[in-house]
Amino acid sequence: MATQTSPMRDYIFFAVFAVAVLTMPVWLEPIGAGYPDLLQKFAIFGLFATGFNLLFGLTGYLSFGHAAFLGVGSYTAVWTFKLLGMNPIPAAIMAVIASGLFALAIGYVSLRRSGIYFSILTLAFAQMSYNLAYSVLTPITNGETGLRVLQSDPRLFDGSTESDGPLLSNLFGIEMTGYAGFYFCAVVLLIGFFIAQRIFRSPFGIMLRAVKTNQNRMTYTGLNPRPYTLAAFVISGMYAGLAGALMCITDPLAGAERMQWTASGEIVLMTILGGAGTLLGPIFGAALIKYFENIFSAFNEQTLHEIFGFLPDWIEYPIVSVSSLFVGEGWHLTLGVLFMLIVIFLPGGLMEGIARIRKLFRRKPGKAEPSGAAAPAE
Amino acid sequence: MDVILLQLLNGLDKGGAYALIALGLTLIFGTLGVVNFAHGALFMLGAFCAVSFNALLSLELVTIDPDKTTAWGTPLEIRTPYVEAYLGDFGAWLLNFSVPVSILLAIPVMLLVGFVMERGLIKHFYNRAHADQILVTFGLAIVLQEVVKSIFGANPIPQSAPETVRGAADIGAVLGFDPGVIVYPYWRMVYLGFAAVVIAAVFAFLQFTTFGMVVRAGMADRHTVGLLGINIERRFTIVFAIAAVVAGLAGVMYTPILPPDYHMGMDFLVLSFVVVVVGGMGSLPGAVAAGFLLGILQSFASMNEVKAILPGIDQIIIYLVAVVILLVRPRGLLGRRGVMES
Amino acid sequence: MEILRVEGVNKSFGGLRALNNVNFSVEEGTVHAIIGPNGAGKSTFLNCMIGRLAPDTGTVKFGDISLTGMKPYEINQVGVSRVFQTPEIFSELTLLENVMIPTMAKRDGVFALHAFKRLDQDTEIVDQALHMLEDVGLAEKKDSIAGSLSRGDKRRLELAMCLSQEPKLLLLDEPTAGMSRADTNNTIDLLKRIGDRGITKVVIEHDMHVVFSLADKVTVLAQGTIIAEGKPEDIKGDPRVQEAYLGGAHL
Repeated sequence: MATQTSPMRDYIFFAVFAVAVLTMPVWLEPIGAGYPDLLQKFAIFGLFATGFNLLFGLTGYLSFGHAAFLGVGSYTAVWTFKLLGMNPIPAAIMAVIASGLFALAIGYVSLRRSGIYFSILTLAFAQMSYNLAYSVLTPITNGETGLRVLQSDPRLFDGSTESDGPLLSNLFGIEMTGYAGFYFCAVVLLIGFFIAQRIFRSPFGIMLRAVKTNQNRMTYTGLNPRPYTLAAFVISGMYAGLAGALMCITDPLAGAERMQWTASGEIVLMTILGGAGTLLGPIFGAALIKYFENIFSAFNEQTLHEIFGFLPDWIEYPIVSVSSLFVGEGWHLTLGVLFMLIVIFLPGGLMEGIARIRKLFRRKPGKAEPSGAAAPAE
Repeated sequence: MDVILLQLLNGLDKGGAYALIALGLTLIFGTLGVVNFAHGALFMLGAFCAVSFNALLSLELVTIDPDKTTAWGTPLEIRTPYVEAYLGDFGAWLLNFSVPVSILLAIPVMLLVGFVMERGLIKHFYNRAHADQILVTFGLAIVLQEVVKSIFGANPIPQSAPETVRGAADIGAVLGFDPGVIVYPYWRMVYLGFAAVVIAAVFAFLQFTTFGMVVRAGMADRHTVGLLGINIERRFTIVFAIAAVVAGLAGVMYTPILPPDYHMGMDFLVLSFVVVVVGGMGSLPGAVAAGFLLGILQSFASMNEVKAILPGIDQIIIYLVAVVILLVRPRGLLGRRGVMES
Repeated sequence: MEILRVEGVNKSFGGLRALNNVNFSVEEGTVHAIIGPNGAGKSTFLNCMIGRLAPDTGTVKFGDISLTGMKPYEINQVGVSRVFQTPEIFSELTLLENVMIPTMAKRDGVFALHAFKRLDQDTEIVDQALHMLEDVGLAEKKDSIAGSLSRGDKRRLELAMCLSQEPKLLLLDEPTAGMSRADTNNTIDLLKRIGDRGITKVVIEHDMHVVFSLADKVTVLAQGTIIAEGKPEDIKGDPRVQEAYLGGAHL
């Protein structure tokens, strides 16, 4: 941390952030992102990325299996709905507990190794979970169809209430869809962000950064790095589980594809795109990716022709045919290219970019968030 | 006994594919020190070399036979592939043997791909953190597979083996078991033989040429070889290209076994990485041995008898083995101590 | 009073015998130097004491505690700190943070989950760390990133980190290796000053100038065996030592 932080500054920072998040429906309206479905995704993936960043950004341990915790959180949430009722709060709590325990087990084993071995171990565990969710665990996960809440489920607390139509999660009568769903997710994101901010400034946070910088010195300083990294891993798994629960709170359906390793890859991308090791970066990255995913995948050749319509035909057609590769179904191509560009040119992510630009203008060290470069745990 | 033999055989061809991909991964990792997450994509590109070659050969010449009409009374269209129309019997043979013949196409293509990839991207990542290497090659893998998807579509495109090797051999009958118990497709035998030849060729190349000697020395101690004044950079490029070719050929020949689709590379990559780790990072014999071993284990795990005892074991056996190996024997089966450990 | 006692330590690597039945003890409050030609087994010896290597046979006792088989962080927690040949610091963190970490390790032990309180509000830790930085003359750089320091300053920082733990025993592996004469002299002064705190020190050193300006007692190691031990002035004249150092050109 090259800058002095004070509690006051942090509270102001948090307040500004909170206002920005809660007013998103207003200020994102002009760019076409002001509708609830997308806003919910911003909040959910922002939370997921914040948690991932607590592990990767601070300790440098690159987990390629975080989607497994997301999945566990989702399944737990739906089961809580099925057994206890449609209130989101018990679902969220149960999801955090379950994913925390799951992360504890996986982390305990995986953290015995570091570097690429750690990445592969986490990947292996996530793939195992995914494969099992699809096959043997079908009684729990409902396999390919996905797990959903049925009218016939016991739902201890509100099972008696008959309703027709799909079952939705509701907080004391407020249905968790639309803007209500968004605000619920946003509040959870703010809580998660607040905790992350405290961890960043805490002795524990410093220890995690010490793990990243020099484990050898840490050991000879009388500190055992393993419980620190394990704690970070579990906390980060809990964030992922909570994000998974939010997905089910806004749409009570859990599927195994959520656990696939491409999903893990996506969260890595969001984090490094925004800037691993910074507080805001990962949330920023998550929102950006979800936004562009939304915009780009809605494009088709027709809309491209409209956009490039002002060009003469002989330019318009080649441009449209090339750019059509990157939109709609081809959104993943854009994602891949973006991924490469960021790693090649801006390893510190967008936050580093912003810091660099600020530096250019100020000619003195910027007072931006500390932007730790994304170095691995080696 | 017969069941065991059958599973052994079934595991070998998949093991062959794992071994070939893992071999290239290890070669790249051992010499260049780069963790290549795009290696599965090279396997996939090879497979699509075969697909494009076949598609090219299948381009049809449409002639209309004025004397005959179809049942609907329209003139009968006769479709003959150009190669057959122009080259006659040789053309027909070519079409029939399109998969093995496309090796000839795949070698230059994969060499070029490997060359461009190494010069254009990988080179700049030699001194970057492993996490960065993983991330950038992961991005590249996504790009490659999406490009393939946009050209060839998302559905698997089945390829057929040459007619002469299309059936299956009743190996059981030959060995004295009841007929029909151990039936093994010819093409899988071909694949196995092919994998063995490629592996042998790579090892012979490393063992008996000066170039190979330098590469082996580089794998043992990269730093020193660099100090000897040997132009290691150019060799890196060649090693990378060779690894690309090996992965590509593995992909070409695998097409009749598994109809290629754009995400086959990713599917194999995850498993191949596990293979490399089990074999021991940086150990070529380890990669090959672990490839076959895991292929066979996977095949045994999918036996109904085994699944009855341990449900779902077929889905996780490879990962489970990897976890156990990494924990009890961190350097893998045949790996050196301390590779990639901090 | 003895603070460290090493008895009958053997260590082999493959066929190579790095340490051959080494017996060694350190008096509390003294500076004890271990010297010897290259490959004499000095670093191996140090690593055996600190738990980085496990000796094949023999015991290492620190007071009443047997260090053999203990983890490095446990050894540190009983009061043994170590300075490395190349400074081991947290190069991405600030100097202040670098010193706060060992200070916390001393106070809170091997692991403490203080995830919700602010570090900059922990005046006890901050003040201690600042004092420590002042002691080694790095206070004005407290907010710079440790990786940007000169080698001499990195060494001083590492010393500050070790001292902030108030160790009973400090092991130094060639603390002046690769330093300029000026930096070396600064380091010697610094080490002399710590002597006032009553910290026992074991120094492995190549530079005889450092050894003779610091040490109360010298042990000479050659080919894994102790060949001489005594006061610096006695060692200077010892023919076996001169022989070990190729005719004593060094002395």
